[in-house]
Amino acid sequence: MSGPALRLDRLAVRIPIGAGRFVHAVDQVSLTVPAGQVVGLVGESGCGKSTLAAAVLGLLPPGSEITGRVLLRDRDLRGLPEAEYRRLRGNDIALITQDPAASLDPTFPVGHQVAEAIRNHQPIGRRAARQRAVELLRTVGIPAAEQRYADPPHRFSGGMKQRALIAAALANEPAVLLADEPTTALDVTIQAQILFLIRDLAARIGAAVLLITHNLGVVAQICDRVAVMYAGQVVEQGTARAVFAEPRHPYTRALLDAQPVGHDRHGDLPVIPGRVPDLSAPPTGCRFAARCGSVHERCATAPPTVALPGGGEVACWLHADRSTVGP
Amino acid sequence: MNPRLRFVLRRLGLTIPVLLVMSVFVFLIIRLVPGDPVRTMLGFRATEANVAQVRQQLHLDDPLWMQYWDWLVALLHGDLGRDYVSRAPLTDLLAQRIPVTLELTLLSMGLAVGAGIPLGIRAAVGGRWAKRLTEGFVVFGVSVPDFWLGIMLVLIFAGTLAWLPPSGYVPFTEDPGGNLRYMALPVLTLAVGEAAYIARTTRGAMLEVLGRPFVTYLRAKGTPERSVLYRHTLRNAATPIATVAGIQFGVLLGGAIVVETLFALPGVGRLIVTAINQRNYPVVQAGLLVVALLFIVVSLVTDLVVGFIDPRVADGERP
Amino acid sequence: MTAAAAAVRRAWSAVQTLPRSARIGASILLVLVVVALFAPLLSPHDPNAVDAGRVLAAPDLAHPFGSDTLGRDVLSRVLSAFRASLAIVLGAVLVASIVAVPLGAVAGYFRGWVDQVVSRPLDMLLVLPALLLAISLIAIVGPGSLVAGLAIALIYLPILARVQRAAALLVSGLGYVEGGRARGWSALAVLRRHVVPNALGPLLVQAAILAGFAVQIEAALSFLGLGTQPPTPSLGLMLADGRDVLTQAPWVEVFPGVAIAVMVFGFNLLGDGLRRHLDPRGLAS
Repeated sequence: MSGPALRLDRLAVRIPIGAGRFVHAVDQVSLTVPAGQVVGLVGESGCGKSTLAAAVLGLLPPGSEITGRVLLRDRDLRGLPEAEYRRLRGNDIALITQDPAASLDPTFPVGHQVAEAIRNHQPIGRRAARQRAVELLRTVGIPAAEQRYADPPHRFSGGMKQRALIAAALANEPAVLLADEPTTALDVTIQAQILFLIRDLAARIGAAVLLITHNLGVVAQICDRVAVMYAGQVVEQGTARAVFAEPRHPYTRALLDAQPVGHDRHGDLPVIPGRVPDLSAPPTGCRFAARCGSVHERCATAPPTVALPGGGEVACWLHADRSTVGP
Repeated sequence: MNPRLRFVLRRLGLTIPVLLVMSVFVFLIIRLVPGDPVRTMLGFRATEANVAQVRQQLHLDDPLWMQYWDWLVALLHGDLGRDYVSRAPLTDLLAQRIPVTLELTLLSMGLAVGAGIPLGIRAAVGGRWAKRLTEGFVVFGVSVPDFWLGIMLVLIFAGTLAWLPPSGYVPFTEDPGGNLRYMALPVLTLAVGEAAYIARTTRGAMLEVLGRPFVTYLRAKGTPERSVLYRHTLRNAATPIATVAGIQFGVLLGGAIVVETLFALPGVGRLIVTAINQRNYPVVQAGLLVVALLFIVVSLVTDLVVGFIDPRVADGERP
Repeated sequence: MTAAAAAVRRAWSAVQTLPRSARIGASILLVLVVVALFAPLLSPHDPNAVDAGRVLAAPDLAHPFGSDTLGRDVLSRVLSAFRASLAIVLGAVLVASIVAVPLGAVAGYFRGWVDQVVSRPLDMLLVLPALLLAISLIAIVGPGSLVAGLAIALIYLPILARVQRAAALLVSGLGYVEGGRARGWSALAVLRRHVVPNALGPLLVQAAILAGFAVQIEAALSFLGLGTQPPTPSLGLMLADGRDVLTQAPWVEVFPGVAIAVMVFGFNLLGDGLRRHLDPRGLAS
């Protein structure tokens, strides 16, 4: 493998909201997801994480504009014709969504939908696809896979549905797995199971995993690296251990502080006073300035991204005296 | 028991009370008519003795529930009663007329569905012109009264262009080509209005389904757009479409009554109208019964179809 | 400014906020209602005036819609028939609404056996398609415009009652209503002050849509000879008469049909346009 499985290079996304106005959902995000590793992308709802995933998949709403590069194994996906992109989706890049119930066609058996993921990209017959699908269902831990193949979605529990969707995502052994809040809709007791399942199966095929979540507990469980996102920008990145042990950005610190002591597996949105800025007219300076406890006059201009020892990055004036990576 | 089988049986079971109520209702129609039917039948010169004799013959002095029971039993044996005046058995009369009405309604519904669904799909996902044209067609089809449309079609196709006959009928078994020529305008008249409703419903249902998350996920899986549209979206949209189609069939039956009168087709609808004007109540009763039965059967079929398409309905879950 | 003028201005700005389709529909209907009210004044000729010299004359300036088989002015006849049809339709929908409101309100508010007793018979009425039901009723009583109106009222009664019932179900479950009941509000007061007013929006939408259908049914019944009887004018009757002279004098047939279509179109547009505004919860079908 020549480079990292997925690399975002100064990716910016603008989404039209009518009347000629745009929401700058993603701003200058640079991110690397190496093969075989799990990178967590953390942030509050509305910070742009799901938009980022949609941008990688090429499924942004019509009229959206992308600048920067999305590199899949060093291949720039920007400007790819739709037919080419379709060949990648579900094949080289796979998605695990946050609401398994809403992602399955209620009128089709679950097994068919897994087989469909296979037949979308592999020229194999119906019977062979069915066999493969049953194997996959077994691999993700669905008991009595052979019988359950023909069951419609409403006969599966939430956790089982998500397992089936994981099976569909991994069916074609993708290079990149986008897991968008995969455990949010699930019962607390099985969240850990699903996370470990994703990590282990991805490791088996050497896939790179981008795990999108608002829950720090989830990150702590399976991520190798973490990127913290706020208002469309990545404010801090690094190994999970480094970021958790020594958070540099005030927002990261606030997030961690808002967690109760000890592991909080069902940590929902930690509450930080203030509100996310309006991204249709984003502020020119640091976007977190309005809620930051350490704000000062330099924050009126956008902070540089600073490299940290140990391979991390942070975008904050507090650390700007070190070597600067870029604006 | 196979859940599908259970669903079918349950649905069939629900039909029975409906049929019963229907039969009571239709039965009461004659009994509710003011005046003495026998006197009407026999005319002014009837004597008291005549009237009493005929009343006894027709069991009109028996308690009402007994009359109903006798009538129902006869009905289940296939006896629809007799015409008051001519005493001719109505079963034969109706047996002749039913195929005409069936052909008219089924062909119209078929055409409406066959044209309406693709139109609706185009209106949902097509280009600007497809959308505009379908909108216009829908507005037209929904507003214009179908019998006026029929008359206009007669004016154009039978009058000015003289391609098709304005009225008349010949059975399919005798002359298939002629039969279709006679049925063309009546079927077209009914189909236009129905197609408009179906197209409108299809468009709405398709748009609603296309907005659901599982459609986005299908695309994220790399599913070809054609499959997304026809294999998945249409199937999910089928439930509301089928439901509307079932209801619209009822409207179609009403329209068929008018269209039969318009094009002088020897169907059940026209029979009912003529019988009402002649105060020939047994015929009215028999005709209404047949039409109502047809409607109930079609509703049943529609519900069963929906149950087969959407497994949630079969399992008793709410879709 | 007088209170009346202020009220008119408020109404006008309220109308401005409606979607365009509703405004067009309302305008069409307004024009139609005005025309119907002033039909005798607007008619250039007496609708029943027979003129042997003008039998089946084509449209011209004096007779914009032409003349029929008896030389009568078609425009005047259309206006007067239109007035009669509109009266029947509006009357029927009004009667149906008036009866439907208490029935639906009671069924939805008290639920339980009251709901069963009220709703079951109404549901039975829905089993038969509309025109068939109307024809059945006319079969019993005999043809006539009053019967036709009552039949139409009867077929749409269950639908309007259902809308009112759905609104009643919604309102009776609201927190402030339950609280009020606990504090001793009488059922009648709740019905009057909360249940019924909340249903007015959806009812209006449903009534507008049903009025569109009612126009077609009334025309169909008259066309079949089961509704309005001659010599009372009716658009359906005119359509029936026009058939005989279709190829020679199509105007006798075309214009009444157009009148019907315009009425239906206006009602549909109005109903659909009002939907978003008055019936956000989609209680009307």
